[in-house]
Amino acid sequence: MKIGIMVSEGPYNHQASDTAYLFARTAIEKGHSVPRVFFYHDGVNNSTKLTQPPQDDRNVVNRWSKLAEDHGVDLVVCVAAGMRRGITDDILAPGFRISGLGQLVEAGIQCDRLVTFGD
Amino acid sequence: MSDMMDDMEEGGEGVVKKFMFVNRKAPHGTIYALEGLEVVLISAAFDQDVSMVFVDDGVYELIKGVNTKGIEVKDFSKTYRALEGYDIEKLYVEKASMDARGLTQDDLIVDVTVLDSAEMANLMAEQDVVISY
Repeated sequence: MKIGIMVSEGPYNHQASDTAYLFARTAIEKGHSVPRVFFYHDGVNNSTKLTQPPQDDRNVVNRWSKLAEDHGVDLVVCVAAGMRRGITDDILAPGFRISGLGQLVEAGIQCDRLVTFGD
Repeated sequence: MSDMMDDMEEGGEGVVKKFMFVNRKAPHGTIYALEGLEVVLISAAFDQDVSMVFVDDGVYELIKGVNTKGIEVKDFSKTYRALEGYDIEKLYVEKASMDARGLTQDDLIVDVTVLDSAEMANLMAEQDVVISY
């Protein structure tokens, strides 16, 4: 099954991004595909390479980057939500790209399921 | 773009799915309602079968007489009246959410269809894509 994902909360403050990541990783392990994860609202804050969490904690941003590298997951950051929050191309972590909300609608059209994570 | 995404691009043309946007939050206090409206308008450009639902504090998004001067944020309540121009005409409000807040259809800035909770659940079950915020 093709599963699209939307993340609408930022890292660390909220569990949404962690749960979305664990869901995506598990879905892929079980043989499903996750072609795209769309970061919306405060979810855009998951994409910045400037984060430096403590060494003994998980690195939310790097985990997403690795998932993109290992499995070709397309990590898309909403341009409008990103601009509001200072997320620009030059601070994006590997695997992320900035694009429009059409990418979220397209994922909804083309995936078998669209699963949203947030409040 | 990944190979998987390339696969996905094929066969996506001309597909019309039922998209439902579930508005659950008050218009101000958080940005969900304002940013959520943006994807609703985009989905219309993709010629999808779009409906909007207002439940819980989301019913306050449609209330008349909003004045945001005091909190110095943008008043986007008129955008709901413009939805018709984007062919987004399926607006549903849950009766229990309105009742709990002492609201009636006369308090709302747009024409809506009021559903009870069971009808709302049935409508949700019919959708292909539900985006909730």
